Amino acid sequence: MAIPVQSMTGISNARLNVEMNTTSFQKKSRSKLLSIPGTRPSFQNGQLLVSTGTTSLDYVIGGGLAVGTLLLIEEDVFDSYSHMLLKYFLAEGIVCSHSFLIASAGEHPDDILQGLPAPVLDDVPKDEIGKINQRRENDVSEESQDSMKIAWRYQNQPKVQTVLAASSRFGHYYDASKQMSAETFESAEYYPFYLPAEVHLKYSVSSNIHIGYIKLLRFIQGVIHKEGFDRACPQSKTRNILRIGIHSLGSVLWGDDICCKDDPLYAYSLTKFLYGLRGLLRTSLSVCMVTVPSHLIQNKAIMGRVTNLCDTVIGIKSFNGSEKDANDLYKDYHGLVCVKKIPYLNSLICELPDTRDLAFKLKRKQFTIERLHLPPDLSDTVSRLNKQDLAESSKLLRMGCGAAATGKKHLDF
Amino acid sequence: MFAELNGILNWSLDKFEKGQCVLLSESKTDGSFLIHHFLSFFLKAQCKVCFLGLVQSFSHYSTVGINMLQAREKGQLVFFEGLRNSLDMLLPESDASDAEPQPLSFLRWPSTDLRNLFDFVNSSLSQSENDMSRWASPVLLIDDLSVLLSLGVNPTAVLDFIHYCRMAVCSKQQGNMVTLVHNEDDLGDEDCDLVLHALTHQSSLILQVHGLNTGYCRDVHGQVLIKHCLDHDATLTHSLTHPLINKYTISHISYYLKFRNLIG
Repeated sequence: MAIPVQSMTGISNARLNVEMNTTSFQKKSRSKLLSIPGTRPSFQNGQLLVSTGTTSLDYVIGGGLAVGTLLLIEEDVFDSYSHMLLKYFLAEGIVCSHSFLIASAGEHPDDILQGLPAPVLDDVPKDEIGKINQRRENDVSEESQDSMKIAWRYQNQPKVQTVLAASSRFGHYYDASKQMSAETFESAEYYPFYLPAEVHLKYSVSSNIHIGYIKLLRFIQGVIHKEGFDRACPQSKTRNILRIGIHSLGSVLWGDDICCKDDPLYAYSLTKFLYGLRGLLRTSLSVCMVTVPSHLIQNKAIMGRVTNLCDTVIGIKSFNGSEKDANDLYKDYHGLVCVKKIPYLNSLICELPDTRDLAFKLKRKQFTIERLHLPPDLSDTVSRLNKQDLAESSKLLRMGCGAAATGKKHLDF
Repeated sequence: MFAELNGILNWSLDKFEKGQCVLLSESKTDGSFLIHHFLSFFLKAQCKVCFLGLVQSFSHYSTVGINMLQAREKGQLVFFEGLRNSLDMLLPESDASDAEPQPLSFLRWPSTDLRNLFDFVNSSLSQSENDMSRWASPVLLIDDLSVLLSLGVNPTAVLDFIHYCRMAVCSKQQGNMVTLVHNEDDLGDEDCDLVLHALTHQSSLILQVHGLNTGYCRDVHGQVLIKHCLDHDATLTHSLTHPLINKYTISHISYYLKFRNLIG
């Protein structure tokens, strides 16, 4: 399932480096078989991870999303924040130059693409990187003429790389107020799936899965096989990650009736689709993020089954329009995040977060998930002094001091 | 894998009760560590094992427990990977109805019974004389049965399947059977409850894994209750309950894994 991180292959390289370095002590380096931009191996189980596009979410689910797994986001009531997370996930794919697939039944995939947030790149633009590199080369040539007189043992050490290319970093921040420029996503490989364009109203009862799901599964299978995201492909080819984003799966627009009835006709449609999708993901270099309107699903047993069939499950509840919005306790946050499931991958234990109930807030440049903590002042009666009070009390204090020292007079210097 | 658990069950590699149906149930936490335990236990005990892995991939099971590749090559283990095989059933290439029956044929309309899956289990566990001399009693492991319910199989079909398997494996060949089922009381999943209650009634050894009642905790995962029906023949069956704090076993596992990382 996982791409193994081989620790043995690094040995021969390490041996060669011994002569170059001053000591024979070597940090055990793990050179991995696959090096794809925007990925890193997990510290816990050696899985290849990709970022969800939200750095704090990566941290919560154990460093990132393992390649070959399925992340399910339970939508908030207005699908605003879960949609945001999906956009971050896709935008991260563009920045890391991964291929990506957007499937939707409501909003057109092209529109989703247009609305992706712009990445905040604090890196130096490319031509400047070129200049810096040139300057550095000049420095090196100068340095090589006058070799080090003290600290000579560091001469052979490689120069510290200060400028990182954008794609090599794991996880980025995005500016929610700006849209990604067209030239950024034009170069990316992109596969849209728009349900109304694929399925006509003609109904077929060849199987008890809904026809929209069958089409989508076939589409994903086709992309994976044709474009070489299959694990079975020869290793020599340059590999890339396929990010799959599916918006509002299980909603009425997909033709599913689990949101309408307590006892739906196609109760097993969604679960079968997810099972097939997971089988597809496990044998390919792809990750998938699915958002599901769980608050609309009438039968809670179905949601339980869906949860069991996914790898990672995150629930989102926003305070928008709910009573909690008015509550003082939650005024710093926009909603709650609940980690419902974390996958067990190639190990007996999963990543264990400190707590599973967290809170999130959406800032302009950052979607942060934090531990929910109580603000120090809960009500007006517990006197947390605001500025005015503070000014008055300090006046009082001064008066008190003055009284102690020189009667009723202020102290003037 | 966990020596403590074997001690409590009074099982050892050369002496364990045969013909038993073991039920593992999990609620609010993950019980798959027991599946890994029994898998490596029976493989070490030189049993012929048929494993229906419906939740995870082969590499997962193989990485966690003992190396299953070897066992599979020797013919000791028959592994069925549900995730990999499901796609051919969900997306049939053509209307090839004359093709040979597939274990997961229930995914395809209109057949919804598990007859083909049982045929698969039966054929992989029926032993030729050569096998008889090499391997001990057959064992069937299922991880997990609730997936079948999620995929639209009727609960009665699941119970029929289990009944057939018990007849073929436990009664006829004096083998063992281990199944994992979710226990979701609070969700009101009637199908799941039905299967769980029926299996609880039939099984002779039940291991229930519960999450903590007080909620999630980082250090302690939950508890394991072991219910043992001591005597089948006696009219009165005793039930023993061993409350176990899971943490000890889990910490044991983490050390075990660390050790594996060091040598691997």
